[in-house]
Amino acid sequence: MSTAEVPMAFNAEAVRAQFPILSREVHGKPLVYLDNAASTQKPQVVIDALDDYYSRLNANVHRGVHRLSQEATDAYEAGRKSVARLLGVDDDRQVLFTRGTTEALNLVAFSWGLANLGKGDEIVLSGMEHHSNIVPWQLVAQRTGAVIRVIPIGDDGALVPGAAAEIIGPRTKLLAVTHVSNALGTINPVRELADLAHAQGAVVVVDGAQAAPHASIDVAALGADFYALSGHKVYAPTGIGALYGRAELLEAMPPWQGGGEMIRSVSFEKSTYAPIPAKFEAGTPHIAGAVGLGTAIDWLLDLGVDAVAAHEDALLRYATEQLTALPGLRMIGTAPHKAGVASFVVDGAHPHDIGTFLDMAGVAIRTGHHCAQPVMTRFGIPATARASFAAYNTRADVDALIKALARVIEVFSR
Amino acid sequence: MSELMELYQEVILDHGRRPRNFGPLEGATHHARGYNPLCGDNFTMHIALDGDTISDVRFEGEGCAISTASASLLTERLKGAHVDVVEPLFTAVHELVTGGEPSEDVELDKLEIFVGVGNFPMRVKCATLPWHTLRAALKGDEEATTE
Repeated sequence: MSTAEVPMAFNAEAVRAQFPILSREVHGKPLVYLDNAASTQKPQVVIDALDDYYSRLNANVHRGVHRLSQEATDAYEAGRKSVARLLGVDDDRQVLFTRGTTEALNLVAFSWGLANLGKGDEIVLSGMEHHSNIVPWQLVAQRTGAVIRVIPIGDDGALVPGAAAEIIGPRTKLLAVTHVSNALGTINPVRELADLAHAQGAVVVVDGAQAAPHASIDVAALGADFYALSGHKVYAPTGIGALYGRAELLEAMPPWQGGGEMIRSVSFEKSTYAPIPAKFEAGTPHIAGAVGLGTAIDWLLDLGVDAVAAHEDALLRYATEQLTALPGLRMIGTAPHKAGVASFVVDGAHPHDIGTFLDMAGVAIRTGHHCAQPVMTRFGIPATARASFAAYNTRADVDALIKALARVIEVFSR
Repeated sequence: MSELMELYQEVILDHGRRPRNFGPLEGATHHARGYNPLCGDNFTMHIALDGDTISDVRFEGEGCAISTASASLLTERLKGAHVDVVEPLFTAVHELVTGGEPSEDVELDKLEIFVGVGNFPMRVKCATLPWHTLRAALKGDEEATTE
């Protein structure tokens, strides 16, 4: 999409003004925050929601008969409804709160996986998974004798066409795939992959950590049986995330963690479990986090996910154009469908050195393997530098990045 | 001089780009691999020990300018040195890059240029990884990490 097609209604400067942290300085320079794929900043409305929760509502949920407990419960459950709204889910019993995407994926692995996987069953992953969508499956494979198979990535950072159809087969019990790659920005054809998996009777788990802030999501249309996301990547606090699971799957799954809240009755002989979602929410949850997450999602939906996505897409295209014009710079991840992420390497300048130079110019980016070491191995590089975009970024941010990079190239190409 | 240019002094940039004593070492008696899992820096140190003398030391691998220059300058400095100089020199370098006061008994010489790392706590491990790796090799360990 060219910039001319971005709806005029979207005003990044007005969005920016809602984020107090963006007015601070770093090393005497205005902060240019381009590390959004790692974590987004928080709008004032989310900061206020946390303040309000602790100032007016704080109490344990689903337990007390007193007024505060009721109000805290209402606020917590409103957060669940907001997550359901973001994911296009009608029945919000299918939304579980977790600590984040990592915990959500571990929940599926250790509850569904241990109960349903056996020797020789195949778990299919994509070659661009984050460690959090690899390691839990390895742990479960070790215990069950299941085997992991991987759909390879092509040179552009998209899955090799046709490879999924060859790998997903009658032994496939589970497909776990990221919606958007955190290291490459690639948007995967989730529906297409899910159809292949479902045709074999497999269950489809989608890591939505990078997609949730950048795309309208409808889990049914995507064909996701499970969909995981992290609050802190959608303008909400850290320590809170969510897992969507299809009700019939969640109902059949054994509890993952035991404790308060998740039970119906307990004796020393036997316990019975609460219905979903409580069955998977043992212990006192991160109530303020859930309130913050709900507030952030409502804020994002009001802003318009599609408008935000279009804005970020225009920025990504502008950044890609500017970056590729720099001498010695090579983009890592040039798939036709991308969201929010520009990963690159520079001849003669290690990403870590780039990161330090940019930091001194006030520009925050991520450098390293992005918890996706297999992706780095695939491209034969130890690390990349990664700029990633959010609703509040502007062309001026990209210009500051390019200016600082030009200086890096000047110093390191001498 | 800006903090940045104090960190990336010309000598560091030069050794980062054209590391000395880079490559395998025939007749090496000690080896160790050093790895920083957070940034991916990855070096192997090869040492040929002749009695108590480091008759040769070379390295292979890849990392940022700071870690590569640190490895390169370390090999230059220690080639032909007695093994007993390693520990006091490491202690002095460590003091230097963490913003402390290195002992005046140790002649840092060219290694003084790493003083700029003191302003960048996130980069201390870059400068020290080659040293940890060298010390691991001399101790007979095969692996060193910065964790």
